[in-house]
Parts: sequence; structure tokens; C-alpha cells
Amino acid sequence: MEIPILRLGEVYESADVVELNEKVATHTANPGLIRRDLLRVAEAKAALDAIPAENLADYCEAAAELFMNADLPCGDVLQGPDDYVESLSALTRLPHTLVRMNMGKIHAAMSQIRTVIGGLTRGMSLEIFDQGMTQVGDLAVNYYPVTSSLGVSLPSNAPAVNSLWLPALVMKIPVLLKPGREDPFTPLRIVQAMIQAGFPKEAFGYYPTTHEGGDTLLTSCGAGIAFGSDVTVRKYAPFPKIQVHGTGRSKVLIGEDYIDRWEEFIDVLVTSISANGGRSCINTSAILVPSHGEEIAEALAASLAEIRPLARDDADALLCGFANPAMAEGIDGMIESLLKEGGARDVTAAFRGGERKVEAFDQTYLCPTLVSCEGREHALANTEFMFPYASVVEMPQEEMLGSIGETLVVSAFTEDQSWIKELMLSPDIERLNIGAFPTNRVQWEQPHEGNLFEFLYHRRAIQGDLSGFS
Amino acid sequence: MWPSVAGVFSIGLSFCGRSESTITDFVARGAFLGKSFLWEWGLRLVLMQSNFLILYFMSSPLTVEEAKAQVDAQTREMISWHFSPETGCPYWLDWAKRAGWDPREKVQGFADLLHFDNFDDEVLRKEDPARFIPRAFEGRPYNVFETGGTTGMPKQRIGWDDYKTDYTEFSEHYGPDFFPQGANWLMVGPTGPRRLRMAIEHLANIRGGACYFIDLDPRWVKRLIGMGEMQMAKVYQEHVIDQAVTILRHRDIQCLFTTPRLLESLSLRMSLADAGIRGVFAGGTTMTPQYVKFIQEEVLEGKINYAPTYGNTLMGLAISKKREVGEYSLTYYAPQPRAILRVVSPDDPREVVGYGEYGRVELTTMTKEFFMPRFLERDEAIRRPECEEFPWDGVGDVRPFQSGSKAVIEGVY
Repeated sequence: MEIPILRLGEVYESADVVELNEKVATHTANPGLIRRDLLRVAEAKAALDAIPAENLADYCEAAAELFMNADLPCGDVLQGPDDYVESLSALTRLPHTLVRMNMGKIHAAMSQIRTVIGGLTRGMSLEIFDQGMTQVGDLAVNYYPVTSSLGVSLPSNAPAVNSLWLPALVMKIPVLLKPGREDPFTPLRIVQAMIQAGFPKEAFGYYPTTHEGGDTLLTSCGAGIAFGSDVTVRKYAPFPKIQVHGTGRSKVLIGEDYIDRWEEFIDVLVTSISANGGRSCINTSAILVPSHGEEIAEALAASLAEIRPLARDDADALLCGFANPAMAEGIDGMIESLLKEGGARDVTAAFRGGERKVEAFDQTYLCPTLVSCEGREHALANTEFMFPYASVVEMPQEEMLGSIGETLVVSAFTEDQSWIKELMLSPDIERLNIGAFPTNRVQWEQPHEGNLFEFLYHRRAIQGDLSGFS
Repeated sequence: MWPSVAGVFSIGLSFCGRSESTITDFVARGAFLGKSFLWEWGLRLVLMQSNFLILYFMSSPLTVEEAKAQVDAQTREMISWHFSPETGCPYWLDWAKRAGWDPREKVQGFADLLHFDNFDDEVLRKEDPARFIPRAFEGRPYNVFETGGTTGMPKQRIGWDDYKTDYTEFSEHYGPDFFPQGANWLMVGPTGPRRLRMAIEHLANIRGGACYFIDLDPRWVKRLIGMGEMQMAKVYQEHVIDQAVTILRHRDIQCLFTTPRLLESLSLRMSLADAGIRGVFAGGTTMTPQYVKFIQEEVLEGKINYAPTYGNTLMGLAISKKREVGEYSLTYYAPQPRAILRVVSPDDPREVVGYGEYGRVELTTMTKEFFMPRFLERDEAIRRPECEEFPWDGVGDVRPFQSGSKAVIEGVY
């Protein structure tokens, strides 16, 4: 299967072809191709502008079903949903179960696009994208697009993050996508589903490309979204028009009012750490508790150690293999080296009865790891890895908020109103769950990390005779 | 798109020391005598149009064995030159004393250069360039050239006429029309202390034109990027392109030298074909097959002749062999016998890799002005066999050393 480039909807075959495995190769775009296509992006914008946003939302809902069930073009073949699952699993080493779970998340984002956009616009009518004006109560509001293109550099490890750029199309902003190296399938399948459902093909650029190509896409579009590590965050820090989804360092904070009930929360915590193979930025990577630290660590470790490597197509598989075994080796080595510094203990080691790094089913796995740290300063206490990993640290509740640092998701297990108020005012938390919820809980009407609508549209003061608008 | 009139035909004759006017006469006589006569001389007849011969790129008059013998002879002559007290330079004469062996005795052919270790280019930063003046050239004014985008103390090489030799040969290779004879040139790229600046002007002059220059300082660009000043780097590039666009709009320019990236930026501002550009000579960065396809089809709109090259201050200029329609992979051939490129194993740089395999590029330069044995470039390439135009090994799809994935498929071009 050869996956082509889509240049504003038109198939383009590159002279640089990269073989991803024995079955799949991608045509690679040079950065200049992207720059040149951006000269024509006004055509793509015009094609979207010609369709009412209500219709685009209808198309998106229809596309959800096509994405889930249809045979869709994937390079030189038609790819059905089962082929998609196996192809993606083979490249990313995500088990079939997790690929299907991610499919479900994308389907939900597409089929609930009105809810999603309503959450981003705080309930404004979709007409805001047709005429820039709408009424909010008695107030006329005017929003205008600040860009005519959105560039997105996608990761390989989390297919569901594709749901983040979907609303842009209904908001009438063309998207230029750089797929992650190991996941060329998901964004292409979404694009093909949307085109088949009625979106104009010119609205989509799809460019398997190099790092330089990714930089070009992000810096040349009027707005960009990137996913990556702290290094990615630092790299794009000078570019205010690039929104970076970096390391999540998501955390569970258990309050003093809940801590004596800790045994009730073990299942939620295990899910929070290990869902989606522990690969997401919304997986819990640290648990802060005011007491019972060792007991909680032991109980969690015992449960996590039961999650064993299984074959990719096993219906019970929860762990992902590593497409690049060297990465697994590097992570394993880093954890071992940090453990040797003292002040932290791999509690899971005693339960799993073997090494963390395991070769099985023709791939490399890292088994779930729970580390008990003596203090927040330990390097293993506030880090994130691409497998089910978390630390447990005991500290007074009043010190927790001051020590979490930038955190994507906090689940605060508490009903303490004064602490909840402090949490709600914290600038360090991007998403906040109040109650015993896993950090990976998603509500479609809430923005994920940053608000895409506010990123793509700005509000303008509007006064005077607006009688022409109803 | 390939040249429409007599092209590289001249290269074989340049070995015979003939002048340009002789070549023109020869084309006329060759045409009169017919196709078979031309083939005897290894010329490739492409098509005839309006009673005028359409030719490009000739076969070398040398066989593989003759080319090898030529390199061996050059090796002996240059070793004798650089290691004889009457002609050699202080650096190499002192080196021989310290090494405790006399290259003139041990080196009888190119293969014997393996007696030398890989040349350490730090020497070119540390040593006074004057220590490389051959005794035979003492008293002759010389040029000091520096290598490209480095920071700190630059690598320096001195020279007299080598750049003229290299670029005259390049000019002859492409014949009178690929870059129209008499046309003016514009160079947009690193000038300053670089050999390239003088070389391009020489090229323009010997082809009967003048050369305009727009400077780009790669050291400043590197510094901006190092400081994270990406926006400023972009502004600087725009400043360079602004100047180039101004010159192109107000002067009669038909030939261009620049880097592929700047070429692309220029084309985003204006149609180079509509601006009257007929030939583009580019080098200085990696050009993947897709990059070449993109440049030819979109940047040059399929209307402008394109000569991608690989070279540097230490080597000179490696010309890329002609490609068939739809073929985009580049293979460069060193200007033998003055410079020799080998593709060697990164694990054992004494050994060349097999044909079709990637390895590290090793450069040996042997002229009367400069001797540099077995320098390991910071590039890797595919070892490619000899071709019709160049009966010696070529280097294909050059890219920065250890930058690439082995998953790039060969043979899809």
C-alpha cells in the first residue's frame, strides 16, 4: 500500500517514498510543496465558505459513520475498518482493542460535533461561521477568522487526538495535516470520510513529511497545533500562533476528606494510569496523597502488575508494544538509573516477578510500573512515559497545589469546598475533574487543551446599525 | 527539461586542448559528415531540428581503465610535486619528516594513498594558510578561501587557478546553450571569503556575460537559528530575496546560481521562466529525488534548464550526470583526476561500500595548489557506478552523514 500526499485534495505522488513496513510506504512531501500549496489556500477557504456551517456539521456527523464503517480510499487501495485496525496496530503496536477504543472516541467527536463546537463557542449558533455575527442573549457578537489555514503536526501514539482538529472544518478553516510517522492512517481515513460525506476536498492538505516539513507546515500556516514533549514545547515557544500540546503530567490529588476511603478508588486509579496503554497525556502519571501512601502504592502495584503483555489481536490486550524497541530500552534504562539514586522504589517489581522490559509476541513491551517516591523533588515523581507509569507521593494537602507545576489534567478526589475553590483558580491546571474521576475522562462539551474556536477566531467589537443581520 | 542545442560535447575536446571556436567548427563538420561520425566520437545525437544538431552530454573519451590510469598518473605526479623540497609546501614536507616515510617511494598509484590516514580538517583551521604554499608558487599572489557556514575559526584553503580550471570544465560540460552564451548571471548565496563567489563570476565571464551578486551570510543565519531567532532568520532571508527580485526585474539576467531553498523562495515571488531565466545552477544542500522533481516541475515550471551540483571549497565541483525523463535521483561525479570521491564504509573507511549501498563520502584532492588525502566529508551517499559521461564511480543522493533512514526505497524514480 502506497499512501500518497493530498495537495488541497489532489493526490500527489512524491519521488521520495519511505517504507514503513513490508506492506506500507508513504510518499514524502518536501517542505516546498507545502509552502507552494499555501499560496492557493484561499481557494480552499472559499470552498468551505460556500457551504453553510449547518451543512458542514451534517457532513461531519455523516462522516462519523463512514469513518467507523465504510471502505475508504487509502492510497492505492480501499481500506475497510478491520483493515484500518490491523494496519494501524501493526505500525503503532497498539492492540486492536485500543485502536477500536480510539476509533470510538473519534466517532464520538465527529458525531457530536455540534456539542463539541457548542462547548467551544459557549453555545453560539453555527451561523457565526457563515456571517461572523450572531446573538448571545440580547447582545450582537462578531467573530472573525484570524487565519485561513490550520496546520497540525500529529503524533503517532494517540489516534484519538485527531478529534482535536475536526471542528476547524465546520468552522470553515482548511486544515493541513502532517501525520505521525507510524500513524498515516487515522488522519487520512478521517479526511476521506469527510470528503465522501460532502466536505470540499480542497479543504484538506495531507502531507507525510520530514521534521523540517512539519516545521514548515506549522510556521507557514496562520495557526498551528503540535503534539510532543517538553522539547517540542520549547521549540515552538517563540511562535505565538503555534499551540503545543506537550507533556501532560496529569495527576490525581486525593484530599484529606477522601483519603480514608482510598481502597474504593483503586480501580479508578488503575484505569487512569493504564487506559489507552498509558500512552496519553491525560493518563495519570502522579498521585499525591496526604497519607496512606505506601498502602495505596502496594495496592495499585498489585493491580497494575496483573496487566500483562498480550498479542496485538488478543481481545483482552491492554499494553502496547513499542514500534521502536530502542525507545523502550531507553525508558527502562532511565527509570533504573533514577531508581539507583535512592528516594524512590519500584513497587511493581515485587508483583510482576520479572523485568520491566519484556520481549513477547514479536515485540517489546514495558510492563506497568508504580514508583513510590519519598518527595516531590525526585525526578521520577513528576514525569511521564509512554506506558502505564505513575508515582505515588505522600504530602500534606495544603502543599499539593503549590507543587504540581504545569499539569494538563487534575482529578481532585475531594468535596472540600475551600480547596476546590483554590483548585479552580490555579493557573497550573488545564483541565480539572472534581470527584473520583479518572484523568482520562472526556466530556465533549469541554475544551481539551486550549480552545480551538478562540485560537482560530477573534471577537471584534461591533456597534451601530445591525438591522441587516437577523 | 534538457538543453536544446549542443551541450557537453565540448568536454572531450577540452582534454585535447581545443578552443570554443574549434568546437563550433567541429559541430558543423560533424553534422555534415553525419550521425555515424558523431557516434565514433562518443557524441549522443538526440534529434535534428531545422538542420541544426541538437546534442547534449557526450560520453567521456576515456574507458574505465584509462580513467583509472589517469588517476594513478595524477597521484604519482602530485605526490612527487607536494613531497619534493623543490616544489612542495612546508606543511606537507614537515609532515613527511614527522611521519618517517617518504610518500614518493610508497605511493605509486591512487590505491597507495591508503598509507595516509584520513585528513584531519582541523589542520585547515589551525595552520597558517601560508604553510600550504608550494615552493614552486612562492611569490605568486594567492587567494585565501574559507568554507561555508561554520562559526568560530573557519577552515581556510589557499588557491590560484584551481577554481578557474574547475568552472571552465563545468562550463564546457554544459555547452553553449544550457546556460545561454553571452547571458548575464545572478548569484544569490554566500559570497564573502568563498571560492564560489569568484568561481561563478569566472563562469559568467568565460561564457561572455557579467555576474551580479546578492550576498547571504550563512554564519549569521546559523547564529540567528542558534539564538532561537527564527523570525529574524526569516526576515533576513526575505531581505536577500527582495534584493534578488529587484535585480531580476531591472537587469537582463538569464542565468542563476543559488541554493535550492533560495531558488524556491524566489519562485514564490515571481515566475522565473517569465523573468527570462534560461538556466539555473544550484548546489549547497541535500537534494532528494522529490526535491529535484519539485524544483524542475514547479519552481522552474519545466521551462528552465537545471544543473544540480555537489561541491565545496576543498573539492571543487562534482557535476551531476544526465537523467532520463522522470528520473530525479542525482548522481555526482568528481572532477577526476583533480579530485576523487569514494563512498566508504563508516566502520572501516579504508573500504569502499558495494554499489547501491550508502556509505560515507571520502574526498581526495590532488592539484598542484592543494593536496588533501582521504578527507571524510560530513555527508553520506549511495555508491553508483560509472556512466556514459564519467567513467568512474559517482556518489548518489548525497545527504548529511547518518541523517537518513535506510527505509528510503531505491529504484522508484
